[in-house]
Amino acid sequence: MMVAESLASNNKVLKIRNLSTHYFSRRGVLKAVDRVSMDLRKQEFIGIVGESGCGKSTLAFSIMRLIQPPGKIVEGEILFNGKDLLKLKDEEMRRVRGKEIGMVFQDPMTSLDPLEKIGDQIVETIQMHEDVDKKEALEKAMKLLESVGLPGDRVNYYPHQLSGGQRQRVMIALAIALNPTLLIADEPTTALDVIVQEKIMEILEKMKREGRSIILITHDFSLAAEKSDRILIMYAGWIVEMGDSMKLVAEPLHPYTKGLIESVPDIWLARKIKTMPGFPPDLINPPPGCKFHPRCPKAKEICKREEPPLIEVNGRLVKCWLYE
Amino acid sequence: MAEKPKANVEVKNLATRIFKPIIPEAEGRNMVIAGLIIVITILLMAVLADVIAPYNPTKFAGKPLSPPSLQNPMGTDNLGRDILSRVIFGSRIVLVVVFSAAMVSMSIGVPIGLISGYFGGKLDRAISMVMDSMYAFPSLILAIAIAAVLGPSVVNAVVAISVVYVPTYFRMVRGQTLSLKSRLFVEAARAAGAGNTRIMSKYIFPNLVTTAIVVFSLSIADAILTEAGLSFLGFIVTAPTPDWGFDLSSGRPYLPSGYWWMITFPGFMVMLLALGFALIGEGLSEVYAPGRER
Amino acid sequence: MSEILRVENLKKYFPVQKSFIEVFFSKELEFIRAVDDVSFSVEEGEILSLVGESGCGKTTVGRMLVGLEEPTSGKIIFKNKDLTSLEGEERRAMHRHLQIIFQDPYASLNPKMKIGDHLIDPLLIHGLASNSEAKEIAMEMLERVGLVPADQFFNRLPYQLSGGQRQRVAIARAMVLKPEFVVADEPVSMIDVSLRAAILNLLLSFKDEYRLSMLFITHDLSVARLVGDRIAVMYLGKIVEIGDVDEVVQEPKHPYTAALLSAVPSFEKKDLRIDIKGDVANPRNPPPGCRYHPRCPFAKKECKEVEPELTGDRHRVACHFPLEIKID
Repeated sequence: MMVAESLASNNKVLKIRNLSTHYFSRRGVLKAVDRVSMDLRKQEFIGIVGESGCGKSTLAFSIMRLIQPPGKIVEGEILFNGKDLLKLKDEEMRRVRGKEIGMVFQDPMTSLDPLEKIGDQIVETIQMHEDVDKKEALEKAMKLLESVGLPGDRVNYYPHQLSGGQRQRVMIALAIALNPTLLIADEPTTALDVIVQEKIMEILEKMKREGRSIILITHDFSLAAEKSDRILIMYAGWIVEMGDSMKLVAEPLHPYTKGLIESVPDIWLARKIKTMPGFPPDLINPPPGCKFHPRCPKAKEICKREEPPLIEVNGRLVKCWLYE
Repeated sequence: MAEKPKANVEVKNLATRIFKPIIPEAEGRNMVIAGLIIVITILLMAVLADVIAPYNPTKFAGKPLSPPSLQNPMGTDNLGRDILSRVIFGSRIVLVVVFSAAMVSMSIGVPIGLISGYFGGKLDRAISMVMDSMYAFPSLILAIAIAAVLGPSVVNAVVAISVVYVPTYFRMVRGQTLSLKSRLFVEAARAAGAGNTRIMSKYIFPNLVTTAIVVFSLSIADAILTEAGLSFLGFIVTAPTPDWGFDLSSGRPYLPSGYWWMITFPGFMVMLLALGFALIGEGLSEVYAPGRER
Repeated sequence: MSEILRVENLKKYFPVQKSFIEVFFSKELEFIRAVDDVSFSVEEGEILSLVGESGCGKTTVGRMLVGLEEPTSGKIIFKNKDLTSLEGEERRAMHRHLQIIFQDPYASLNPKMKIGDHLIDPLLIHGLASNSEAKEIAMEMLERVGLVPADQFFNRLPYQLSGGQRQRVAIARAMVLKPEFVVADEPVSMIDVSLRAAILNLLLSFKDEYRLSMLFITHDLSVARLVGDRIAVMYLGKIVEIGDVDEVVQEPKHPYTAALLSAVPSFEKKDLRIDIKGDVANPRNPPPGCRYHPRCPFAKKECKEVEPELTGDRHRVACHFPLEIKID
């Protein structure tokens, strides 16, 4: 953690230190997020990449403090603009959500009320936090829709009258309704086609240009590589590598990052793909030492016994014994 | 004093140990276990009635209309017969009637529902209309109507009750079949060349079994009340045969005079047995709730 | 190379479910034109990637090939026989050579059936083996797809397997009949990223081993390029461009293909920006002329009036004003 600290400088919007979120099941404790530390600078676009079950969504939900039992944040700090979100009262946290941190979820249909017009839902969100009359709020709602590339008259539509991509735009409009400084997008385009995905990404990039910080959570490595300034690779609850997107893709340090890049088909890199051996671990009984060692082509004796430290290499952080 | 709770815990642990391998660990399992304990106890009581009943249920066993006492733990009826013994023997007919009836309605309702739902079309619409119109009747009234036509006897009661519950199986199985037949694994079987008979027997039917078991328990719970009603009205047995529903009706005239025990105990047993099956059914439907692929 | 499958003017129209009031006020039946006049052919040992966005009709094409959907019109000629004219036993016998792998490995296996029986059943259906032979073949196939030890997987139920393992079972089930043609409908889109390569390489290994032909349906152009020998791009029920993979990807002629390509995320971003406007039109009333014209930045008057034909030699495109670009 010392290294992470050394990288720290001012204008940090978000500082996460040693965060652990566990799920308590009959079978045992599942460490979905396991002592994770990360930073997010102002106006930075960060991509969190990992497979399903690696803890990336749990991390996002932890930041929002939306973890439901049997899940629980067991330790750590989430410093957002200097205040520890984990120490806030529920009432104070509710004010942070939406107003300071906005979130966009994977499935917009489940987060939109099917029986209420789009406009009314945005108005409600605005009026919950701001003291404006209905007319003013509705005008604002139309502006918001326009800012995400939808015609303003869509305020009169019901969710089912919109396509998946349009709904996701509405979700972004809702998330930025109160002008939060941080926007978390959890697999916002997984269910959408590439062209729609591209348009949604353009909106996120625009949000960034307007001064917001963005966290994009995705299983699509190339998408994150293309859009984000910095990438965080998660595996089995750990951040195994993080650093500048371009450098990370050009010269991956962690064997998992490397394996992932080599196993993803890429439209422009006409090359064969390599099969990554094994499969993601059972997080209730993870392998000892480095959780990646059973799949790692470069595993050494120590990897099987001891957890690797987070090491700084060329301005990047990697959790691997290879660089010790 | 301190002994008793401990014994209870042990009983519970034992029960858990016995049923654990059969019932998957899931919410609702405790309901199933509680239900099974009730039902199995009453089943044992019926099987071992000759051994455990203190008196002959149709013979004089004490002063008529005497309240519960050590000699007659549940008191005696107007003819001096031991109510406890009648309650024990009375479980036999109700269990035989409801089990046979449930088996009959299941073996009619399940295949019809499966075929009707699978093939659809005009046949399905015709069958559904008949079944729905039967289902619209209150079960007791329909059973009374049938029993009245057939005349009072145990066999006729079984017939009457099975007819009443066929639509319940039909509707559940038909609905499930409708959703199962469009599932991907059925399409996969079709793409592999499987014919209709094979798809129904190997791909759809096994996925209906849990539903059928749930419906079986719940319909028995309901059938117990129907049986008691029919028996109360004299459509199943005649004196002096012991049966809970019938005993309720013989005890009813004495209730206003304060002889509460004549109807309380058979009534309680009807309720308890129905509760037992309802617990099993509800519990199982939770254990096998959709989303759990077991 | 010889042709194994040819599809001619294939159409599938689904009648639109209407409410009572709609039926009352309009006499005409409306249709969703899911597949609207599609023709292509596949050579022996060749993989044709069929790409397009959700709702473009690509899955319906695949389902028609394996007989899960009846074409409204058109021919499916497989090994010189028109499948649409076959019936009964003859049809079933032909379809043994045409198998399908579905997208969702969680829904495509019978939850109450042992893994092994999923492989045995097709063999028994077609009378290809006795019970004991079938079991042996099933074991071999489980091993072949990497589910080892096979005897352990044989007796498991689907819920005990992960998504990747289930998809291996689905592949094994399709391959156990030794088909000559397989439709793979988005076989990796529901699989974990790190396991996709293994599944794709497994499929490709069958192609090499059996000289298997395949229609590989996907929305992911990167996967389409990786596995395909040729690629066909569908838009609103029609093929708009078809040709050798490298040619279509590097020299797209249709503006829609180019727009798709410019939206695909990549580790090596190309400087390709082809705009696309609005949303996909409703397949109930596709636009007149070229179906793509309302979204096309290059659309001219002709595009709104005349529907373009698929023209060209090996690289065919349905566009009045094909692009001339080269990406490398």
